[in-house]
Amino acid sequence: MGTYILKRLLAMIPTLLGVAVLIFVLLRIVPGDVVEARYLAQGSQFVSQDLMNQERAKLGLDKPLWQQFTSWMAGLARLDFGVSMWTGGEISEEIKLRFALSLQLAIMASTIATLLAIPLGILAAVKQDTWVDYAVRIFSIAGLATPSFWLGILMILTMLIVFKWIPPMMFTPFWVDPWLNLQQLIWPALAVGYRYSAVGTRMMRSAMLEVLREDYIRTARAKGLWLKLILTRHALKNAILPVLTIISLEFAFLLGGLVVTEQVFNLNGLGMLFVEAIARRDYTMTQALVMLVATVFLLVNFFVDIAYAWLDPRIRYR
Amino acid sequence: MKGCTRFIALVAAALLWLPAQAQTPRSGGELVFPVPSEPPSYDGHREETFGLIHPIAPFYNTLLRTDPNDKSGTKPYPSIAESWTTSSDGKTYTFKIRRGVKFHDGSDLTSKDVKATYDKIVFPQAGVGSSRKGQYADVASIDAPDATTVVFRLKEPSGSFISSLLSPYNFIYKADILAKDPHWYEKNIMGTGPFTFVEHVKGSHVVGKKNPNYWDKGKPYLDTFRAVFMRDSAAQVAAIRGERAHAQFRGFSPAERDSIVNTLGNKVTVQEAPWDCILLVAINHEKKPFDDKRVRRALTLALDRHTGSKALSKIAIVKEVAGVQVPGTPFATPPEELNKLAGYWTDIEKSRAEAKKLLKEAGVPEGFQFTFLNRGIPMPYEPLGVWLIDQWRRVGLNVTQQVIEPAAYYGPLRKGDFQVAMDFQCGYIVEPDLDMYKFLSTDRNHANYGRYTDRVLDELYDKQSRETDPEKRKAIVRQFEKRLLEEEAHYLMTLQWHRIIPHSAKMKGWTVTPSHYLNQTLDTVWLDQ
Repeated sequence: MGTYILKRLLAMIPTLLGVAVLIFVLLRIVPGDVVEARYLAQGSQFVSQDLMNQERAKLGLDKPLWQQFTSWMAGLARLDFGVSMWTGGEISEEIKLRFALSLQLAIMASTIATLLAIPLGILAAVKQDTWVDYAVRIFSIAGLATPSFWLGILMILTMLIVFKWIPPMMFTPFWVDPWLNLQQLIWPALAVGYRYSAVGTRMMRSAMLEVLREDYIRTARAKGLWLKLILTRHALKNAILPVLTIISLEFAFLLGGLVVTEQVFNLNGLGMLFVEAIARRDYTMTQALVMLVATVFLLVNFFVDIAYAWLDPRIRYR
Repeated sequence: MKGCTRFIALVAAALLWLPAQAQTPRSGGELVFPVPSEPPSYDGHREETFGLIHPIAPFYNTLLRTDPNDKSGTKPYPSIAESWTTSSDGKTYTFKIRRGVKFHDGSDLTSKDVKATYDKIVFPQAGVGSSRKGQYADVASIDAPDATTVVFRLKEPSGSFISSLLSPYNFIYKADILAKDPHWYEKNIMGTGPFTFVEHVKGSHVVGKKNPNYWDKGKPYLDTFRAVFMRDSAAQVAAIRGERAHAQFRGFSPAERDSIVNTLGNKVTVQEAPWDCILLVAINHEKKPFDDKRVRRALTLALDRHTGSKALSKIAIVKEVAGVQVPGTPFATPPEELNKLAGYWTDIEKSRAEAKKLLKEAGVPEGFQFTFLNRGIPMPYEPLGVWLIDQWRRVGLNVTQQVIEPAAYYGPLRKGDFQVAMDFQCGYIVEPDLDMYKFLSTDRNHANYGRYTDRVLDELYDKQSRETDPEKRKAIVRQFEKRLLEEEAHYLMTLQWHRIIPHSAKMKGWTVTPSHYLNQTLDTVWLDQ
């Protein structure tokens, strides 16, 4: 197992290197740069070509691409993301500012999704083709069909029209004021968690149905074992593996992918930072965020694989 | 009868007195406003976005400002300079600097600080970015002969120099700080403004609190302000509707205004004004058949601006039919005169018949196809783009729209890689020098994407710029406008933007102007209740 973990960790290096090359090249292929976004996009007339060249030189954009790439790589090796081309601020500081919010939202949404998906999925499978199953299927299909940002807009409008109230506009950390924090984050967590739970519920239901048809479950039932015991001790452990994969990957996605939901609820999270960095052609910030999200994905995948072995004793890694 | 008359007189006096009392500014409270964009740095001399002005301007003063009660946003008003004089040759401007103005660190502001500030803007050192340097090309020298006097000497007389000093970006910085590090103000805030800096949480908000040592005694009225960065317009509307915020100072669309008014009723006040921003149509003179002025004239003649104004103002942030100056401002052409220009006629059938005739004369076949480049921003680019295409179709032109993502948009424009494209300009103040600079020959202004050279136009620009008599200047501005929009039809004007600010009725002391860059010092703003 130890060798396997080491191998997996080492395999992350070439993957991350590939991601780095890809994002570096892709960003340079896309037309426009941060200096154009800063001056020309504002319709500036008095901005001279000299000033634009001077700004490009200050950001190192006048250097050959290989030099820009190697200096970025050297920084990454020292875990130094550098400074944002847009604000001139330390990238690690800018990410840190938003990370707490994004992480909390991802945890809350994942918790809501898990708490909904697993019991509902089991219930639908056990009560297959009854009204309970139909109700759960409608609930989960509606979740799949409803974008979370749209649900967010509906929530805000409902709160506004019915209660004349909307969530706070600014983030307050949980440890500063838990009540204020929850007032802001519970709504996007519910909006995102619902959609996310729908995927999990569908997966849980189908996996459970498959497992419930296995011989060992039939044997357990024939032995007269309690249904609750069959489900929790025998069926769930096997059925939960694909659900675990889905939930984990969604969690990684939530850290940087909640762009529109963050916009709707005005959340200062990593998703918004990501989109703004791309729109402004802030190469250094975009590169850092892509590397961060790629690392999170790789780590989540890694931990899921380890969890597989723990949950299913038949799985052994070498 | 006598008693009745006295009673009526008392009631009338009370009615007159009550509103006056109600308008007495009240101190205290926190003004909360969303800002749709966040500044990259804090340096007003370097940045170009209103995202800098709205949250950062309250920390600073400028040499002059616009009169906070002037709806045209063009009248100069004292600020750091309490008075000024102009020499008889119109080349020397002398400003008397106000005594008793203190920086937030407690030090006194003197003429040395004003000189250092303007030296940084007009004559920046190597490596220091000043995006407004080109605007002060006529300035020969800036001197501070004593602690309360600053003298600007120009190479030529200028009709716009005072207006150029009203720029809300020209924050007065401290000379000693600039001497040590000219980049200091990019990452730090320290001015003389009505508010002192409390915090900026990136991506979230900026907070300022009342400056107790502000030179304008009794101001500001607010205890604090909180500028909340909010990119999404639906979130901004929700913040106003939910009374979490008092105003958003850039502007809302008509539909957004209506949704706020429907929710809040008399708890909201709506202020509107023509907006000093306009979408222009750049016609590439290097591409055939657009090198032919008959074709360009046909493009403008096809547009029914008057009907378009009525229809589009219901769904988009555009309204007024305009020439090169915002309607209602000192140098704007009156509607009856403007309507004589080709493309502004009220008889659209006649206009389109003329357009078809010109196209035929120029050898442009019926159904001629060209590509119209548009910027990927929904409001107001999308509705205006659709409107333009429809208008051109009515004179037999077949137009394909190509929408390009905003950050990449200026690449093809700068390279001339287009036929006809949407362009825009926004000014911080309505002033012919600023608004007409865009249309100078390409070798004088590389932001002229029409890619033409017109020395007559250049000459008219210079002539109006040097003219210090407003009436004579107005006449030259008209000639410039006629040549630009009718005779040569180098560029097309669509419709002037329209600024709509629905704000909490509690917020007082703020006047809408055509510029979303002006009146943002917040010193006159107060909260009722």
